[in-house]
Amino acid sequence: MHVTFSDKELAFRDEVRAFFRDEMPEGIAKKQRQGVPLDRDDYIRFQKALYEKGWFGYNWPVEYGGTGWSVVQKFIFLTEMAQADAPVIIPFGLGMVGPVIYTFGTEEQKQRFLPDILASNVWWCQGYSEPGSGSDLASLKTRADRAGDYYIVNGTKTWTTLGQHADWIFCLVRTSTEVARRQEGISFLLIDMKTPGISVTPIITIEGDHEINEIHFEDVKVPVENLVGEEGKGWTYGKVLLEHERTGTAGVARTKYRLQKLREQAGRAIRGATPLSNDRNFMRKLAATEVELKALEFTELRTLAAVASGKAPGPESSILKFKGTELQQATDELYVEAAGYYALPYVPDQYVLDFPDADRVGEGAETKSSLRYFNFRKASIYGGSNEIQKNIVAKHVLGL
Amino acid sequence: MDFSFNEVQTMLSDSVEKFIANEYDFESRQKYSASALGYSAEVWMKFAELGWTAIPFSEDDDGFDGGPIESMVMMQQFGRGLVVEPYLANVVMAGGILRRVASKAQKMKWLHPIIAGELQAALALVEPQSRYELADVMTTAEADGDNWLINGQKGVVFNGGNAGLLIVPARTSGDRTSMDGITLFAVGGMADGVSRHRYPTVDGHQAAEIHLRNVSVGNDAVLGNVDDGLSTLEAVIGEATLAVCAEAVGIMRTMTDKTVEYSKNRVQFGVPIGSFQALQHRMVDMLTACEQSYSLLLWASMANADGTDEARRSISALKYHIGTAGQKVGQEAVQLHGGMGVSWDVDIAHYFKRLTAIGQMFGNADWHLDQLAD
Repeated sequence: MHVTFSDKELAFRDEVRAFFRDEMPEGIAKKQRQGVPLDRDDYIRFQKALYEKGWFGYNWPVEYGGTGWSVVQKFIFLTEMAQADAPVIIPFGLGMVGPVIYTFGTEEQKQRFLPDILASNVWWCQGYSEPGSGSDLASLKTRADRAGDYYIVNGTKTWTTLGQHADWIFCLVRTSTEVARRQEGISFLLIDMKTPGISVTPIITIEGDHEINEIHFEDVKVPVENLVGEEGKGWTYGKVLLEHERTGTAGVARTKYRLQKLREQAGRAIRGATPLSNDRNFMRKLAATEVELKALEFTELRTLAAVASGKAPGPESSILKFKGTELQQATDELYVEAAGYYALPYVPDQYVLDFPDADRVGEGAETKSSLRYFNFRKASIYGGSNEIQKNIVAKHVLGL
Repeated sequence: MDFSFNEVQTMLSDSVEKFIANEYDFESRQKYSASALGYSAEVWMKFAELGWTAIPFSEDDDGFDGGPIESMVMMQQFGRGLVVEPYLANVVMAGGILRRVASKAQKMKWLHPIIAGELQAALALVEPQSRYELADVMTTAEADGDNWLINGQKGVVFNGGNAGLLIVPARTSGDRTSMDGITLFAVGGMADGVSRHRYPTVDGHQAAEIHLRNVSVGNDAVLGNVDDGLSTLEAVIGEATLAVCAEAVGIMRTMTDKTVEYSKNRVQFGVPIGSFQALQHRMVDMLTACEQSYSLLLWASMANADGTDEARRSISALKYHIGTAGQKVGQEAVQLHGGMGVSWDVDIAHYFKRLTAIGQMFGNADWHLDQLAD
């Protein structure tokens, strides 16, 4: 039992570190530094750079084009990615629908969809929630009625993150209502967003950005070969996907980086004020958050090590989800506290490339702290709300 | 980076677990605790026979060469069994001092009998005014010819009433809180001038207030170098902190398991209380607290075993977490057990009391959080 890296692991870390330092596509690091939102093209260029390095499938088995890395290698990769303040990987293809396709899809589906996910040729989005089906997902009403070689899909999906960029959507749809349990009769469908009858309506979130959407389906014809696995078994596949999603949403490496930056920032005198590091209350809260995060880092490593030894990510991944999002949010709160009055100005327009410092309100990305805080209230709601996660743990881990 | 236990560690954990399951039920524990000695001499000899009293000592000292990982697996099981035998005071604390600084002759005299299970020892760490500051030592030792004369008072000395050997930090130079000037002395428990007021502690263990009045010891009683005892104390208390945290994790897990089990069987309003969502979420929070504390325990144990530069900080992180999460788990376990949770005859109450006691040892949650806030 050792916490230190072996020589081999250290060499790997250096290689990953060098990549993120030297081989980021043009302009992305600058945008990240200045707090400028990335556009669709930025994300794709970043992901393609990883793909060309052979690292994009960091979490996938070798047989599907993944790296087949060990838990420690993945940990190092994600840590270095965060430490370099690289963009996040958009999870819908790589982290969500990909694993469902390689686990439950046909050979033809694997060949058709997986390479484009790895190469970021296709942008996926997620069609789970509906206006009437949030936490109670099994009550979903979007219908897919079989008509010859097609399903005819009707209904509405909502809270669809970055759906405005998407080429394809994976959906849970109802293929039968003649069932004993509501979880039956749900199927997992892959739908081309260009199919006639699909329309996308933006939803503006609390901080003022367009990140999520409503997706409407009106007599959308979907070929039956786009059904993953068996008809009526979609709930099972969807749950597997959610477990993968939850393992990924802990965001430990990213939160760790943000807390380090905050500690650095707290040591500086901003606008001539006494450094925040003199404020005992603030520093104690910061330290307490760091401790909880360190604990989560090892909880995640333990969970992943168990997965590597052959177990699927089980209900324990729910703990990672709710704990990880709590810590993301706690960190956001600390950033708002650190900004003080300068958490107030609502000036999103100054987060464009090379905005003149002379015109800037607040220091650096200070005025972004509250926007991030507001936006990330979503974290304890999405992916199955944190209350739903606790229901899952109560039922499947504690046996209650 | 590697999270797997080796064969020896797994065997050690299994053997302690088996012992607790087969030979150390709650009723026996209560009986040992209530006896004059405060633990079972027979069980203690068994620990020695099984080699557990030799775990942290080097092979040169006839020990087992165990480190933080071995200590962790064993102490977790002691926590599960709510063991009252003075392993912490005797082996980890007093033994920890002797292992580090005792001369060969001193080891023959004191360490070997500890390993053999024949000597009880205690580290007289705390003074009535010192709280958690190891450098706050008012007890004095003055040179008196070839001897030293020790005067002062030590408080809440774990295992102090039974100890044939007391290790006494005393000030040989400097002011009350100087880092330098603390010397460690080996003092016989029955030596002239030593008076002991022994008492039970709330967690079923024993401790003592100890007065030292002109206690005279020779130079052969000095452990390590004169004036240089603080760094040894810090290292030993670091180890002891890890040990009680491992014990606490064992207790927290047991309390959580027992609470979940109880909630499945306790019927109110015609249904098991475990079917209520308000309680389910609280039990999930208990489980999460256990998992998080265990993760920090692994981190801190490995960081100390590997000697990384986070070793010291990791102990404070762990103890802070045990202090807060442990308190939460303990209180929730009692609450969810209802009246049973506050009954002397039900084990959950005693797990809670031990967890509470651990919270106050070697720096409480606030004290350790302060170390981390710097």
